[in-house]
Amino acid sequence: MKGVASRWLVPTLIATLTLLSAASLLAGSVWLAPGTVVSALADPAPSLARLLILEVRLPRLVLALLVGGILGLSGAVLQGLLRNPLAEPGLLGASSGASLGAVIALYYGFSASLALAVPLFGLVGALAAVGVAMALSRNGGTLSLVLAGVAVSTLAGAGISLALNLAPNPYAAYEIMTWLMGSLADRSWDHVVLAAPFVIVGAGLLLLTGRALDALALGERQAESLGIDVNRTRLLALAGTALGVGAATAVTGAIGFVGLIAPHLVRPLLGHRPGAALVPSALAGAAIVLVADLATRLLPGQTELRLGVLVSAVGAPFFLWLVLHVRRTGA
Amino acid sequence: MSRLALDDVTVRRGRRVVLDRVSVGFAPGRLTVVIGPNGAGKSTLLNVAAGLLPAAAGTVSLDDRPLTRVPRAELAKRRAYLPQSPRVDWAISVERVVALGLTAHLPAFGGLPATWQPRIDAALARFDLGVLRDRPATELSGGELARVMLARATVGTPDILIVDEPTAGLDPRHALDAARHLRALADEGCTVVVALHDLDLVARIADDVVAVHDGRVSASGAADTVLTEAVLGDLYGVAVRVRRDDEGVAIRFIG
Repeated sequence: MKGVASRWLVPTLIATLTLLSAASLLAGSVWLAPGTVVSALADPAPSLARLLILEVRLPRLVLALLVGGILGLSGAVLQGLLRNPLAEPGLLGASSGASLGAVIALYYGFSASLALAVPLFGLVGALAAVGVAMALSRNGGTLSLVLAGVAVSTLAGAGISLALNLAPNPYAAYEIMTWLMGSLADRSWDHVVLAAPFVIVGAGLLLLTGRALDALALGERQAESLGIDVNRTRLLALAGTALGVGAATAVTGAIGFVGLIAPHLVRPLLGHRPGAALVPSALAGAAIVLVADLATRLLPGQTELRLGVLVSAVGAPFFLWLVLHVRRTGA
Repeated sequence: MSRLALDDVTVRRGRRVVLDRVSVGFAPGRLTVVIGPNGAGKSTLLNVAAGLLPAAAGTVSLDDRPLTRVPRAELAKRRAYLPQSPRVDWAISVERVVALGLTAHLPAFGGLPATWQPRIDAALARFDLGVLRDRPATELSGGELARVMLARATVGTPDILIVDEPTAGLDPRHALDAARHLRALADEGCTVVVALHDLDLVARIADDVVAVHDGRVSASGAADTVLTEAVLGDLYGVAVRVRRDDEGVAIRFIG
């Protein structure tokens, strides 16, 4: 049974993602028929449909895939590395560092003079935060890494609150708040070009940890005895998360829970092997973000619901269920 | 066939000296048991011998080559190590846990080649785990997990096997079984180093015994030269009677 499930999991997820991607190109405030999309893409003459697909929906789709994928992947790696089902990408400070960087750009108004100031600052913030966490936990092992990550996250959170507190005008505070809620709306190819290289390199680093994560299920000592370099694994996970999740948060704002949930959705189907969960978690993460993004576009209402808000609203109850489930099964 | 030797090894944890200038050798084909009271430094000795803990001074050598010069992958293939009360953190099946013992033998890319499956099956059979094959490792009893871990440690047929308290939590039958398997491995030429508290079991399987006390080797040598009333009495600080008869050696503490 399990063998069958794990063999079909990745193809099923890819098929689901393909369908969701198609839906994401068609759906929105303006609905497009599949035929219109095909003819608009085939015909090089500029048209409204072509513009809408190429400049609005396609970059948004690509970003959703990149962001969801890296969040799911990073969550799976960190849960495996820390041997803790409640670990998530934000744990090491990458997301809050990126948020703080972006908030600084918004606060000082750099975003007015340079369109990409927010994601650029976000990226720098993420790298700085994880760098500090890494420096603080040098030679200290996994626990001190987690503690350093929590400390850096808290510090970044304090910085964000400070910026909101001291915001020069209500509009600035509003701008910061909405950015923090996370969204894929109004993102262009510039955002994709900025984030994609970091996300891809980050994903590459994270994918190198698979075998080590399997061995780490036996604890760090046994993993070392099996020839795994635990320090190298930790470094790969950290650098991959900083680059990938940092860049993702920098362009979309904070999107929580995806990294926490995605590994849990696929793990039971894979015999709970942490290394085997990496690619499926990335696909599941991408699917979650795509569905959530579609929902924000399709749900009725005057103001578009923010992606981060929607994911959290659905994610938090799941988290609660997870806590209860873990307590019940002791897994 | 590998000889493992510690030469003047000192290990510090913070300022505390955990092992103090320890020199001891483990010969191929021999089963050496490390005994001593709690906190004597047995586990540290095993860790440092396995190359998992750096020595502050002195050298650990494998066939006269310093362990620090042996590449990580080669060491992992030749030496298996099992810590005290091992845990599995995910609900991985027993079969997959045993397969993890072959991590160092995996090809650079891809999963475990099918040619290794018979080895895994044999390891499962050896430790009476056939029926538990698909059970998640998190749902095992302590004794069952201990057997899974022994199967995991021996599946790669290492030259050197270092095991810390493998029989803790095992019922008498499985403890004896485990001891017999370790004995058999040594008879096949493996260098086996085991930390044990059950002295009757030690007397039954050990070729050599190393007694550790306060981070120092207080006695070492052939089992019957160390398992004596004088040495054991000093080691544990309790009066001891050692009786040898046709049924073996019985060791009784009478403090």
